[in-house]
Amino acid sequence: MKNLKCPARGNGDSNQTHRTLSARFNSCAVLGIFLLLLLSACGGTSYAEGERLYKTHCANCHMDDGVGLSALIPPLAGSDFLAAERERLPCILRHGLKDTIQVNGRQFAEEMPGVPTLSAVHVTNILNFINHNWGNQQPPYRLDEVERLLEQCE
Amino acid sequence: MKHIFIFGIALVLFTACNSGNEQRTLPILGNRVVVGDTLGLSGLAATYDTGAAIGDTLYPIIPDFAFVDQDSQVVTNATFKGKIYVADFFFIHCPTICPKVKANGLRIYKKYENDDRIVLLSHSIDVKNDTVAALKRHAEKLGIQTNRWHLVTGDHDAIYGIADDYFSVATENPDAPGGFDHSGRLILVDKNKHVRSFCNGTDAEDVDRFMKDIDVLLAEQFGSK
Repeated sequence: MKNLKCPARGNGDSNQTHRTLSARFNSCAVLGIFLLLLLSACGGTSYAEGERLYKTHCANCHMDDGVGLSALIPPLAGSDFLAAERERLPCILRHGLKDTIQVNGRQFAEEMPGVPTLSAVHVTNILNFINHNWGNQQPPYRLDEVERLLEQCE
Repeated sequence: MKHIFIFGIALVLFTACNSGNEQRTLPILGNRVVVGDTLGLSGLAATYDTGAAIGDTLYPIIPDFAFVDQDSQVVTNATFKGKIYVADFFFIHCPTICPKVKANGLRIYKKYENDDRIVLLSHSIDVKNDTVAALKRHAEKLGIQTNRWHLVTGDHDAIYGIADDYFSVATENPDAPGGFDHSGRLILVDKNKHVRSFCNGTDAEDVDRFMKDIDVLLAEQFGSK
């Protein structure tokens, strides 16, 4: 905050300097509060991009609340697959899934289409959104980890 | 005095809401026509009841159809005789809106599961891939009973043609995700084959409203149970 340079308006006698100083203080304070708000906004929505991408690419099938659909589409909320197949998830997002999988003791055999246009950053953000929502508490993915895993996709 | 005034307003508002809900009648949707000398019924896009006299107002009806459901049973208008039903259009390998529409359809299915006055009817628009066997498998995975929710396939032109009568879009489009464009509407049809309400099947709140409409229609056509 100290290093912020706020523009001073006007220059002249001492009276005016006093007013200028207070104006300077005010504009600094406003700027400071604004920056603080921006910062906290960033902190509060660190999964914002993940959430946006999830809604675009995933929510149609896995639903907004991650519950899936009957025996057709597996849930993501409270899914044991997230931990069990952690290393496979980046490739599944990008390239889809054709095998029959087990999720929370139930079999799911429908094909899932991948989204090949997703970048490693996108994949990381989506996975971290999924891993920290609807009660999920999985360790976060790091970008370099996702990049490494994506290189190994079959 | 002031309090009495506010109380009075509140009372009026309260009763207004109440009577509004109970006496609400659903409109009959679609273009109505008046039978006249100059206006013949042939050449109209929609289907209307025939046998009307000059001066009668006619509302469009769902035309006769014959499709096949997940149990290989033929489903026709007669299947829904004396019932109301909720119709939609979908395809199994739909990567976009269908699962959400199905999830909301399931909410309706579960709410009226033991109420045989109402049935659901989903038309597949992917007549090539959604065979009876595929529909059967899909129904089993959805966990639905055939007599409560028919998933039907049929002649390509018949399915695509009848979508218009349900005010729904169904077109093949190689550029669309999954190869088809279609609306995710759920459509409510009454005992007389008239469309009475519809909603956006992907929007849970709109489906809430739609389910209230279903209750209004049930009360209208069957009396309060």
